[in-house]
Amino acid sequence: MAVILEEDTQVKQETSRILRRFSRKRDSLIPILQEVQGKLGYLPREAMLEIAEFLGIPEMDVYSVVTFYNQFRLNPPGKHSIRVCLGTACHMKGGYIALDAWKRRLGIGPGETTEDREFDLDTVACVGCCTMAPVTVVDGKPEAKVEPTRVDGLLLSFGHESQKELKESHASS
Amino acid sequence: MQVVEQATITSTFEEIRRRTELHWKQLWNSGNPVVMVGTATCGRAAGALEVVRAMREEIEKQELVCPVIEVGCMGHCYAEPIVMISKPGYSTVCYGHVNPVIAQRLVREYILGDDPCLEFVLGALEQNDVIPSFADFPRAQYEKKVILKNCGQIDPTNIDHYIANGGYSSLAKALQMLPDKIVSEVKESGLRGRGGAGFPTGIKWEICRNAPGRLKHMICNGDEGDPGAFMDRAILESDPHSVIEGMIIAAYAVGARHGHIYVRAEYPLAVQRVRMALRQARKLNLLGKNILGSNFSFDIKLFQGSGAFVCGEETALIASLEGKLGIPQHRPPYPAIKGLHGQPTLINNVKTLAYVRHIVEHGAEWFKNRGTDRSKGTAVFALAGKIVNTGMVEVPMGTTLRQVIFDVGSGIPRGKRFKAVQIGGPSGGCLPESALDLPIDFDSLRDAGAMMGSGGMVILDEDDCMVEIARYFLEFTQRESCGKCTFCRLGTKQMLEVLTDITKGQGKIEDIDVLEQLAQDIKNGSLCGLGKTAPNPVLTTLRYFKDEYLAHVMEGQCPARMCLDLIAYYIIPEKCERSCDACVGTCTVEAISSQPRKRYKIIDQEKCVKCGTCLNACPPQYNAVIKLSPPSEVPGQI
Repeated sequence: MAVILEEDTQVKQETSRILRRFSRKRDSLIPILQEVQGKLGYLPREAMLEIAEFLGIPEMDVYSVVTFYNQFRLNPPGKHSIRVCLGTACHMKGGYIALDAWKRRLGIGPGETTEDREFDLDTVACVGCCTMAPVTVVDGKPEAKVEPTRVDGLLLSFGHESQKELKESHASS
Repeated sequence: MQVVEQATITSTFEEIRRRTELHWKQLWNSGNPVVMVGTATCGRAAGALEVVRAMREEIEKQELVCPVIEVGCMGHCYAEPIVMISKPGYSTVCYGHVNPVIAQRLVREYILGDDPCLEFVLGALEQNDVIPSFADFPRAQYEKKVILKNCGQIDPTNIDHYIANGGYSSLAKALQMLPDKIVSEVKESGLRGRGGAGFPTGIKWEICRNAPGRLKHMICNGDEGDPGAFMDRAILESDPHSVIEGMIIAAYAVGARHGHIYVRAEYPLAVQRVRMALRQARKLNLLGKNILGSNFSFDIKLFQGSGAFVCGEETALIASLEGKLGIPQHRPPYPAIKGLHGQPTLINNVKTLAYVRHIVEHGAEWFKNRGTDRSKGTAVFALAGKIVNTGMVEVPMGTTLRQVIFDVGSGIPRGKRFKAVQIGGPSGGCLPESALDLPIDFDSLRDAGAMMGSGGMVILDEDDCMVEIARYFLEFTQRESCGKCTFCRLGTKQMLEVLTDITKGQGKIEDIDVLEQLAQDIKNGSLCGLGKTAPNPVLTTLRYFKDEYLAHVMEGQCPARMCLDLIAYYIIPEKCERSCDACVGTCTVEAISSQPRKRYKIIDQEKCVKCGTCLNACPPQYNAVIKLSPPSEVPGQI
């Protein structure tokens, strides 16, 4: 409980530090949310309450904006973000197959974070790299021609598999 | 306008121009070679930043003096990463598919030595006797670059490059013209909105100019949401100042004081480049108070979208700028009369604004000379999907689809057959081979059931299932519907369910009528463009490819072998080279094994996830892996 309280105050502090730079106009709502998410990685309840109070608008309005736009998330992200592009070109060149491969390897679905908080998986409408389809944006960097074998390659480059194996071998021994 | 003011504008701008030209000339006439690397998002995805690093390291190692400049996208995205090397005394040579190793070689052998490494050459920029130039490419006879001219040729992060290439001179000229004259010039030119609907830009400007209200707004719509389109991204990344200049001229013409550029959050590099461009323009007083010493003041704020497709609709975009949900409003009143905060607001697409400086510079007549009767000027298309030369192209309106796809885009890769071109994103449609000789303009495409949209073209070949693409778009519009209109919110969901059933082989013959009925209802019952055009992909595929729907419904078969539930992978034992293990090693789920005695490979259909890796891995000389539809075709399956 004490840990949670501590986290809450930290969120509040960070949020109010960001809020200082904005005017108390409704127009600022989306830029504020973007800044806060950029800082905290997601939009915790405490932060949204703080923003609503700052702008003098109902908490409901903040929540509805957050849930309307695809960019905002309500749960903490993983250390690495995986965004599978599902634009037309990517879809036709097998983006859905790449998504399947990510889901299979990470064991989570879009919008979820792995248990160890290493990866979060999501889809994105189109990143405009249609000529490099199918694209997956890994930690903000668009990766070209991501097919199932490349998914494995990318994961390998994170050393994820090896770490996991290391952990497992430790656990068994 | 006073003569004194005109003189101030001219002299202020002349001074800026002289200085930037000096910088530009210093770069090119220093006697040193210059390297340019395309580092727009498409280049970066292919590894352009690594190439830049390798080039710089090697240049330092060889102790050469040679600036490496990061430029934007020149449209040849199929060959990314692209490097251009300009050596004094030689014509500028452009290299494609460069990786760090090739980059190092280019430095050693071409910059240091004298071997232009012909094996990596894509083309030369200027015509010469040794290397074929881009002007000799078949696509050159169709391409007429107007707004893409600077893309890939200048450093987008350096305002000097833009000004030295004629940038902002139209602004200086416009500020000395009467606003009414600019509006009538744009109106006369016949420029139509490049965001998709093709509304005459000049008329929009006139309405906004005449709208009562002291405070007016100018918005640039860079919320390029159509999946499969990336022209706005490329322009904002490669030539942001051309859009900013267009905005300032537009704002002056209609009398707007505040400007906003709305860019998608999915385009982080475009956001970064625009932000930098705004800062540079402000520094030179091209933005801000009393621009270039005139009486006109105007500034632009950057606003990042937050991932909602519907915000490309102008009233939804305005709502989003106001911090509200991006839900479209009923029009009229049009934003030109009552927009942001209830004030008159001019809202134009990125490409539309990029044309403005050229119209001011060359006049309406010049612009009118290109294009068709009712659609003037050029059109920018993004080519993606199953086409050899993916990338961006700018051709005059009236060029046929066949010319764009086969002459500019070099046709379909791997000898496959062309099936359809998806044009206009989720609002557009799929046009078959029979529509290929259609001259492209706003009206001809609409008559064919598609739409110009923002200009994304995704080319589909024989392996692409038309039912699946219709389902894909419905899934997209269903997810992106804001939910205001019942027919759009629930109708698209119904259509999606029907289509999903069909792609799973669970469709019924009546479903096709249901789709047609629902499509009509959604069109009639929706307020904004999203709902009104959402059924287009289904209607056009039904119109041109009904046999594919019937094959799914009647025979449980996917003729293109794409719908995963209706296919199975199979290795033909007679064709399998038994000592080869290519497929076994690549299978991501270990579903392939050798038959114990005869050693040919077998796919365990239970384990197979149908990812197609084995089909790609099987060496072409054997070609043993095939897709079968329906899955019951696999020998030994019940």
